[in-house]
Amino acid sequence: MCLAVPGKIIDINEDKQHATVDYGDGIKRTVNISLVDAKIGTYVLVHAGFAIQTVDPKEAEETLELFREMIREEGG
Amino acid sequence: MFSLRDRNLAREIISNLKEKDLSLNFMHVCGTHQDTLMKHGLDVLFKECGVNIIQGPGCPVCVTTPREIEEMILLAREGKTVATFGDMIQVPGEKQSLRDLRGEGCDIRTVYGIEDAVDIARREEDREVVFMAVGFETTAPSTASVVQQHPPENFSILCCHRTIPEALDAILSMGEIRLDGLIDPGHVSTIIGVKPYKFLTEKYGIPQVIAGFEPLDLIMAVWLLVKQIEKDKPKVENEYTRAVKEEGNIVAQKLLKEVFTSTDIKWRGFPVIPESGLILRDRHQEYDARRKYEDILSKLSGKTFREPPGCRCGELLRGLIEPQECPLFGKICTPSHPVGPCMVSVEGSCNITFKYSKRKIE
Ligand code: SF4
Ligand code: SF4
Repeated sequence: MCLAVPGKIIDINEDKQHATVDYGDGIKRTVNISLVDAKIGTYVLVHAGFAIQTVDPKEAEETLELFREMIREEGG
Repeated sequence: MFSLRDRNLAREIISNLKEKDLSLNFMHVCGTHQDTLMKHGLDVLFKECGVNIIQGPGCPVCVTTPREIEEMILLAREGKTVATFGDMIQVPGEKQSLRDLRGEGCDIRTVYGIEDAVDIARREEDREVVFMAVGFETTAPSTASVVQQHPPENFSILCCHRTIPEALDAILSMGEIRLDGLIDPGHVSTIIGVKPYKFLTEKYGIPQVIAGFEPLDLIMAVWLLVKQIEKDKPKVENEYTRAVKEEGNIVAQKLLKEVFTSTDIKWRGFPVIPESGLILRDRHQEYDARRKYEDILSKLSGKTFREPPGCRCGELLRGLIEPQECPLFGKICTPSHPVGPCMVSVEGSCNITFKYSKRKIE
C-alpha cells in the first residue's frame, strides 16, 4: 500500500498546496506538497498522494562515490 | 536518476562478505525491502555469505488487527461509506473481508490516499464517509495534514496508525530470536530522521543502518552492519542519504505532534506495544470515528477476535518462521484466496514469497 515514488514537480496549483508531479513515461499526478519545501523543478518522493520528502538527484552519484571509496579502503 | 547502480561494486562487496565466514541474523521491517531482496535473489546471495535477513512487522496492512478490521466491517454494515487502501479491503475478517461486503450492498471504496476519501465526502454530502487510516510514520502525516484542513462534517477517520521504533523495541525486548543488526526502513525515516532509532542501540547495543530500496542499498546496508559488528561499535548509520535527512521532515513531525498523541496498541502477532499507536487528540475528536460512532462500535466491546484458523502470520511478523513453513502456504492460501493478511498485501512476506517462487519455476 505504501510505496514511495520519486517524481519531478512541473507545475504548482493556485492553492499552493498541490502540484503536478511528473513520474516520467508520461505519468502525471496531482500531489499534496504541504509537507515539503518544493518549487517547480524539485524532485520529491510521493507516498499516498503526499510528497513526503525532497530528493537530490546529485546525491545518488555522491553516495556511489563514497561507497566505492569505503570499499577501496577495505582493500577489496 | 535516483537509482544507485554499480554492478562491479555490488559484486565486490558480496565477494568481500563471502570471505568473512559470517553467521548473522539481520531484521528489516519494510515490505519494499523484502521485495527488493526477493526480486533480485539477494536473500539467497546473503545466505551464501552467512547473513540471514528476516522480515519483521514491516507491513502496515499485515499488522492491523482483526479487531480493527471488524470495526470497519461493522461501520460498513451500518450504512457508512468506508474508504481505504486497496490491500486493506481484501484482508479477511472473521467471516469476510470488506471487499466481500460489496456483494451485500455495502459501500466500500478503494482510494489511493486520504485526500481522495475527503473528496468523496465533499461530493456526496448525504453519505457518512469513514477513512480507515493505516500506515506507519510515512503515511500518518497525510492524515494529520487533512485533519488540520478541516474536512467536511460527514468525514471521519478510524485511526490505525502505528510507529516503528516502538515496535522494534518490542521485538528486541521479547528476545525470541537472536538479532545482530537492524535494517531500518527508508521511507519511515524520511519523516522521522535518524534520532528516533538511537535509543535502541543504547538499550540493546544493536547496530542499525537506514537503507534505501535498490539492491545496492541493501548490499551496502549489510556491509555497513558487518563493519559495525567487526569494530564492535554499534550505532545508527544512514545509507539512504539521498532521501533521508538527519533531522527527517520537520514540518511533518510538527504536524504529527499537533494532531496525534501516542497510545498503547496491539499489533497482529504481538501483545500490546506501549506507545506504538497514534490517536487523534481531543481537540480533533469530531473526526475520530471511534467517538463519533461509539454507539455502533460498542457492540464489539468485550469481544475477542481470532486470527484466521491455521494462519501463522503472527509468528511470521515476529520473524520466527518463513512463509513456506506455514502449512497453508501456496496450497489453501494464495494471493487470489488469501487466508491471512501476509498473503493479501503486496508488502506481506507470504505474498512476496509466493510471487517470486512462482517466477523461479517458470
Ligand atoms: S511504509 Fe515505507 S517503510 Fe513502511 S513498509 Fe511501506 S514502504 Fe516500507
Ligand atoms: S501463508 Fe497464508 S495462512 Fe500462512 S501465514 Fe501466510 S498469510 Fe497466513
